[in-house]
Amino acid sequence: MKPVFMRYTKADIINFVVLLVIGFLVIPNVITNDYWYTSILIPWLCLTVAALGQNIVMGYTGQLSLGAAGFMCAGAYACYNIMLRIHGMPFLGALLLSGLIAACLGLIFGLPSLRIRGIYLMVATLASQFFIVWVIDKFGWFKNYDLSGATTFQKIYINGVAFTNGYMMYLLVAAIVVIIILLAINMARGATGRNWMAVRDMDIAAESMGVSLLKTKLQAFAINAFLCGIAGALYTYTYLKTVEPFAAFNISLSFKIMFMAIIGGLGTISGAFIGAAFILLFPVVLNVFGNNVFHGAIDATIISAIEQIVFGSLIIILMIYEPLGFSKLWETIKQKLSPKKSN
Amino acid sequence: MTDSILFFFEVLVGGLLSGTMYSLVALGFVLIYKASSTFNFAQGAMVFFAVLSFCGFMEYGMPFAVAFFAVVLLMILVGLLTERLVLRPLMNQSEDTVLMATIGLGFVLEGLAQAKWGVEVRKLSLGVGDFPLPWIADNLKLFISALDITAGLVAFGMIALLTLLFKYTKIGLGLRAVADDPGAASSIGIPLKHIMLLVWSAAGVVALVAGMMWGARAGVQFALIELALKALPVLIIGGFSSIPGAIVGGLLVGAVEKILEVYIGPFFKGGIEAWAPYMLSILFLLYRPEGLFGEKIIRRV
Repeated sequence: MKPVFMRYTKADIINFVVLLVIGFLVIPNVITNDYWYTSILIPWLCLTVAALGQNIVMGYTGQLSLGAAGFMCAGAYACYNIMLRIHGMPFLGALLLSGLIAACLGLIFGLPSLRIRGIYLMVATLASQFFIVWVIDKFGWFKNYDLSGATTFQKIYINGVAFTNGYMMYLLVAAIVVIIILLAINMARGATGRNWMAVRDMDIAAESMGVSLLKTKLQAFAINAFLCGIAGALYTYTYLKTVEPFAAFNISLSFKIMFMAIIGGLGTISGAFIGAAFILLFPVVLNVFGNNVFHGAIDATIISAIEQIVFGSLIIILMIYEPLGFSKLWETIKQKLSPKKSN
Repeated sequence: MTDSILFFFEVLVGGLLSGTMYSLVALGFVLIYKASSTFNFAQGAMVFFAVLSFCGFMEYGMPFAVAFFAVVLLMILVGLLTERLVLRPLMNQSEDTVLMATIGLGFVLEGLAQAKWGVEVRKLSLGVGDFPLPWIADNLKLFISALDITAGLVAFGMIALLTLLFKYTKIGLGLRAVADDPGAASSIGIPLKHIMLLVWSAAGVVALVAGMMWGARAGVQFALIELALKALPVLIIGGFSSIPGAIVGGLLVGAVEKILEVYIGPFFKGGIEAWAPYMLSILFLLYRPEGLFGEKIIRRV
């Protein structure tokens, strides 16, 4: 019998402490280059949250959805308007509210999931993507009637402390991600998560066992949208800073987030981190490689084309050989390397 | 009074004609779905891949017909590789898994096309102009271009051809048998591999034709992929397994989005076209999930 504390095994707690030490002690002390914070760690953590939402709806609940960028856009502009219009609104409060607003949208656009699935549902969620971004772009109120069409997001102050440089913003985003991940693990391992997976594996059987499809599916969509909303707000406030809705939250961002969930591993929490890291870092690595090995002989078009080919092939290969993605591969490697335990 | 009615007809006809373009893309989806119950998300990418290659071959100095046949051969090769490398290993997997694999396939095709031919917008001339024909404009007061008429004729020609193929030939019978029950079909000696190859090649040719029509209108560029996405609501409205459904769905989507854009768009600074097809498809999903012409979806436990 392993020692268990509130459903967490000893290994879980050790992993968690190790990650906390790396995230809050090692990284802040080792990395001094602002580029790493602003261009790699911050977008990685933000997109991880969105990929986690996508994973909950797609990996855990089995509902194909392709509207992550729409909910991210909603979250970002909800946060912007709350900060703009309510005087003295604390940033964290606005962030939470914007997540809730996105969750309401998620509930509405999740409704078709009660009747349809598969590609039908995917098309229905595409509607949310195009519709939300269109509304925010066309109604000037959301952008505070900025004539340039772009929006510059406010600077973050919490209790008078400025979170404006890469280092401080990294700490803020990392702290929020820790809270979100704890909540997500709790949900995924508890009754909620079991209901999601029951619906994914066989919805009719789940229903006959007394799992409410209505509640479970809508809950998954709402949580997905909530996480995407928060991710969108963090992504714009800490990474993009100036945003044009149609350019920043287009369909290819939705595809990217979907790929993060698939490549990282559907139905895993760690998959969100791995997938986001891979999708974000691969182009960076490819660029560095192109510049240093071929001395810029390969132009940017080719590099982005290679990126697409690699992502696409990876999806196909993973679907054929390892539908659970990189996180499962990692587990397998760990198992092969570790000395055999006697049970 | 008559002016406003005339204007309405003009908008309607314009919408219907642009709808045939959606139908052409949707047709490729239907072909593959009918024969293998696979949603080929890569159809849009195939359109882009085919027409970009066509332009590329033309730039090499190939004459029109030669370039056309070269791309047809290329699309057969794509079909062959897809069958061998993607579909066969995924046989008997869930629909969602195959769907995700075809999304991957779409990205591979988009990447390959851009790696080979670059990203700049190309002009494609088919020898038919995209300006209102004076004769029709004078007599009927409708602005229809030669390209519109060509696209419409090509679309209906292809539908007729494919319907005949499916209904009255031995190959068509085989296709329908495979769609119904791949296991039973292969046990009575229908070569599954050949059928798949045939269907994917046919979808490739349809993609090329659709791409040429789109390319002649909007230029050959990456944005074609987003336009091709609109074939998805067309399919939902028409029904995934129905060739006439693809046509009617395309016409309906084309007409509705144009009418909404022209009459309601000005109140919202336009852009309704971007989401109207998807919203329309949600309405259909609520009342008629199998689409206008689709077979009723029955799920057995």
